[in-house]
Amino acid sequence: MSATPVLALRGVSKRFGAVQALTDVELEVHAGEVVALVGDNGAGKSTLVKTIAGVHPIDEGVIEWDGRAVTINKPNDAQSLGIATVYQDLALCDNIDVVGNLYLGREVRKRGVLDEVEMERRSRELLDTLSIRIPSVRIPIASLSGGQRQVVAIARSMLGEPKLVILDEPTAALGVEQTAQVLDLVERLRERGHAVILISHNMADVKAVADKVAVLRLGRNNGVFEVKSTSQEEIISAITGATDNAVTRRAARTNGEIQK
Amino acid sequence: MSIDKTSTSAEETAVENPEAAAAAVTAVDPRLLVREQGFAGYVGEFKRKMKAGDLGSIPVVIGLLVIWAIFTSLNRNFLTAGNFSDMSVAMVGTGMIAVGIVFVLLLGEIDLSVGSVSGVAGATFAVLSVTHGMNEVLALVLAILTGTAAGAIHGFFFARIGVPAFAVTLAGLLFWQGFMLQILGSNGTINLDSEGLVAQLTSHYFSDVAAAYGLAVVVTAGYFLTAFFGNRRREAAGVPSRPLSETIVRTVLLAVLAFVVAIVFNQHKGLPLAVVIFLAVLLLTDFVLRRTAYGRKVFALGGSVEASRRAGINVELVRISVFAIAGTFAAIGGLFVASKIASANQGAGTGEFLMNVIAAAVIGGTSLFGGRGRTWNALLGVMVIVSIQYGLALEGIASPVQYMITGGVLLATVVIDAVTRKTQKTAGRA
Repeated sequence: MSATPVLALRGVSKRFGAVQALTDVELEVHAGEVVALVGDNGAGKSTLVKTIAGVHPIDEGVIEWDGRAVTINKPNDAQSLGIATVYQDLALCDNIDVVGNLYLGREVRKRGVLDEVEMERRSRELLDTLSIRIPSVRIPIASLSGGQRQVVAIARSMLGEPKLVILDEPTAALGVEQTAQVLDLVERLRERGHAVILISHNMADVKAVADKVAVLRLGRNNGVFEVKSTSQEEIISAITGATDNAVTRRAARTNGEIQK
Repeated sequence: MSIDKTSTSAEETAVENPEAAAAAVTAVDPRLLVREQGFAGYVGEFKRKMKAGDLGSIPVVIGLLVIWAIFTSLNRNFLTAGNFSDMSVAMVGTGMIAVGIVFVLLLGEIDLSVGSVSGVAGATFAVLSVTHGMNEVLALVLAILTGTAAGAIHGFFFARIGVPAFAVTLAGLLFWQGFMLQILGSNGTINLDSEGLVAQLTSHYFSDVAAAYGLAVVVTAGYFLTAFFGNRRREAAGVPSRPLSETIVRTVLLAVLAFVVAIVFNQHKGLPLAVVIFLAVLLLTDFVLRRTAYGRKVFALGGSVEASRRAGINVELVRISVFAIAGTFAAIGGLFVASKIASANQGAGTGEFLMNVIAAAVIGGTSLFGGRGRTWNALLGVMVIVSIQYGLALEGIASPVQYMITGGVLLATVVIDAVTRKTQKTAGRA
């Protein structure tokens, strides 16, 4: 793991009208590291990701890329830095086949004409190196299952050889098998040296693949934990924010009962 | 073209050829239907597509054959070379405009203004060249550019301002019709020079028999060579390719069709210039839609606007350009219509004309839901529309009945579209 983080947020704040969505948020992601970003609904996870992806420019603070400050004002800025984002609602066209979707917006051309053969060959290569199994690269996205669409969407983000991949709830609404496939893929991204930010509500997924967990609560940092040395309960209490809440009360009650 | 209904068992098709499946893609899901190599695989794939509701052009081809059979049984004159040749020329005007409509439908939008815009183009040409004595070529170019500009204006209001395309083009329908009446002036009708450039569009025939046969040879050979070398490249790159047998079957079918049409044309006046231009336009637009990045963007917008935007596609620009294309083809079509009657009059592009154009695009198999269709669909659709018009005219049946029949055919087509879409959904293809 390199000393300089690929991406570092320093005191990032974002306001929407009267709502202070993010306040002084700090975040560091290194190459070859999976950082899970967790938090309750409305904690600011999506907003934070969108500031990194260039959808919402930040109001205050600094975004550092490879150690130098950068401004990210639009999605293209993020893309040219090497940030790829896979959104929760998959950005795929149902009526176009897998190859077409993978290369949508960056088609390989030969004398102005689409080079379908080359795109198909490279698509197969890419899917092979990521060990992605889909029936055929020439069937429309509509024919694929939810998990297969998710891996295609992730594979699509890999085409630009990004340094940082942001996955927004990649396993939401997936079955057991497909979730495992996506998690495998996340691990493969780490092995290949990509930095990964993984947004998830699922603690099991977080524990399974993440190296660090950054918790957001009400738009503020609420701790960064090493996954190996942290229990699920600690993370949950950081997410819910206080020691006195439904979860801790229940935990205390059950512990008390055991002690009796 | 028989659809085999005897083999309905799903398992039977599912495990057609496990070895080929394993060889085609490494480590695939064993439940997957992978196309078998060779000709048998092609037939299997065809059957499977039929069952999955991926009917393509089959319903409209069958419909066209039924329509021809009915009219031929009613009147022997229907299926003569003369009638066929006349129909071919008559369909070009409507067909050109339908090509533009296919572009708009691919976005999942509609353009109601194309009828009026076609009228404006005819009137513009007539006013410039006849009234003002402008050079014909220049007037022709200006007339076409009028259509492009009109379409771009509609596209601007739709894409930039966010007005629904339906409303913008409805306003366009009224505005451009008024504009046409305005520039035609009080006379209402301007006759074109019957030997002039525009009149020649539909009146010129290549009477040398070699022309039609030559075109048939060029088309067939062109198709075969493109398919053959395309497959060679695919083989060389190690991606799945079509078997040679399939290419040969397709080429033979195309050759038979091309030569039958050529023989028919040669029995009448020869190869019509209008038909040559229409075929060239169809080839060009099909190429643009399926083989260029621009075409891919049009399809992408028809599939998911949000996905296209996130993929970095300039959504506004593509939308404006598609409406500009629709306007351009409306203008070109309008010139062919004016050419057919050798005049620009107040009735151009009004009445049922617009509905016929949209019906042609939809009947041909372009989906109203966006993202599915080819410009060749416009050819098939317009053949249906024009066949009904000519068949009923031969029978001396008045236009009220004609409208009702065309309406019925259109309804049948959109029903097929909606039903195949459902079937495709359950079969996971849409």
